[in-house]
Amino acid sequence: MSQGINVRGYLSQQELRNAPGYPSQERLARGPIVAIECIEEIPCNPCEQACPQHAIIIGKPITNRPYLDEDKCIGCGLCIPQCPGQAILLIDLTYSQGAASVAFPYEYLPLPKEGQTVRAVNRAGESVCSGTVIKVQNPKKNDQTPVVTVAVQRKYATEVRGILRSRGRESG
Amino acid sequence: MREVDLSIVGAGPAGLAAAIEGAKRGCSTVALDMNPRPGGQLIKQIHKFFGSREHHAGTRGIEIADTLLHEAESAGVEVLIGAEVYAIHDSILEVAQTFGGDSPPPLSGGATTSQSRPLSIEARQIVLATGGAENALNFPGWTLPGVMGAGAAQTMSNVWRVLPGERVLMVGAGNVGLIVSYQLLQAGAEIVAVIEAAPRIGGYGVHAAKIRRAGVPILTSHTVVRASGESRVEQAVIVKVDASWGTVPGSEEELDVDTICIAVGLRPNARLASLAGCKFDYSPSLGGWVPIHNTRMHTTVPGIYLAGDLSGIEEASTALEEGRLAGICAASSLSKGHVGDSEEIEAIEERLLSLRSGPFCQRLQDAKQKLIEIGEAQCPKE
Ligand code: SF4
Ligand code: SF4
Repeated sequence: MSQGINVRGYLSQQELRNAPGYPSQERLARGPIVAIECIEEIPCNPCEQACPQHAIIIGKPITNRPYLDEDKCIGCGLCIPQCPGQAILLIDLTYSQGAASVAFPYEYLPLPKEGQTVRAVNRAGESVCSGTVIKVQNPKKNDQTPVVTVAVQRKYATEVRGILRSRGRESG
Repeated sequence: MREVDLSIVGAGPAGLAAAIEGAKRGCSTVALDMNPRPGGQLIKQIHKFFGSREHHAGTRGIEIADTLLHEAESAGVEVLIGAEVYAIHDSILEVAQTFGGDSPPPLSGGATTSQSRPLSIEARQIVLATGGAENALNFPGWTLPGVMGAGAAQTMSNVWRVLPGERVLMVGAGNVGLIVSYQLLQAGAEIVAVIEAAPRIGGYGVHAAKIRRAGVPILTSHTVVRASGESRVEQAVIVKVDASWGTVPGSEEELDVDTICIAVGLRPNARLASLAGCKFDYSPSLGGWVPIHNTRMHTTVPGIYLAGDLSGIEEASTALEEGRLAGICAASSLSKGHVGDSEEIEAIEERLLSLRSGPFCQRLQDAKQKLIEIGEAQCPKE
């Protein structure tokens, strides 16, 4: 694991494959599901309490890693803003012909606008493809953690982890 | 001279929790805090907390501070702000109150002694919850304006809404370095790099991942060797560190930055505990010199308890639990305990144990265990 999360700061492919919260290829192909990129034994469990379907299991002790019951997850996305580690994203490989959608927490200003074309970035912050913002959700229960959904070419869907921040400050 | 049952020094999560438990049990309780706003570090923690529901997980620190203050108020705790305890002898606290009550805090945010009011408080029991202090790092140029503790940068940005700089080098990839980097990004600064002398990132992977995907490089096995600039930081020189902590010749790299934040750990802020005569033990895993205490958070000095980072650098969640424990035990030593307190204490101990489980906390848990064992032998029993 010399090139893994605690050296590079992001998960390697191998770490992702072994993560108990990462869905299988078969399940991903069937439609929207979350990917929980949280693999260290940290004392944390709001994700477990956030899921009305009981699809996320931590149990006791609280340092257990989140396990995803991929048959129970309906892809509602409710858990995304509740995770203090911003480790949960929602992937829908069946979004449209050729395109997939990826939803992730985004706590920066200015927020992107629906319909805007953006650059999608991977776990290392490198720009990988362009994307279209299809949803920006920030209801009160998100407690200031907006969730942004972008549509990207399907082949990039499992790499995309966010969007390039716009550096310009909002005028006015 | 004011007389109270219980006086708490430091109104952060540990101190407020202790004050709430004490006051709920009928102790007349005063909580003193030297800052213009109570809440300790919580008031600058704008991120959502980890932990479980009992520890307000998923809630932002600043909201936890509001909840605690509200609880303290309704329990009847008197919170004095701008109140700096400068001496402690027999069970008397000598306090300089620089503002508070009806007078507004000074604009500088600091103490102005000419205006301070002296106050003596005799407390039957005392809980010290003075928190932690940031460690410094010395290198040529470290006194230039622009070099500051990561906690200081966080206070500037999140409490006073002043961006400390535009281009920041963060030194230290523990949770503090990672979280403050993220918050400075949110505030509009650029984090040029986060460097870490150890070969591994010390903080949680999820915090590291957050700033990595925002494009911030994290360089392990790197340290800062020099800062330069005319009247403030303009450049930082970083260098690779080898396996034996030596610098690698020829690996120097110059970065254009206007701010260098130091996040190389915290230590217990123990000056008052030392003045009070508490005995100490040295424990690197807990942050350095730590006052010895037993399972009931009692120090080696009769009538003086402690809680939170003062008893070893940990998290706000553990500080809350230790504070509760100290408050309950201090009240019970005044025969003001509630029925059911022993079950309550057991429940707290269980939660503390679970918070300290897992690989991130193993060393800390062992160190705490050792400190408490010493405490069981040396601290007075009620
Ligand atoms: S997306 Fe919905 S169903 Fe799936 S884990 Fe999250 S909260 Fe549960
Ligand atoms: S809430 Fe997020 S950080 Fe916490 S355990 Fe769940 S996935 Fe991990």
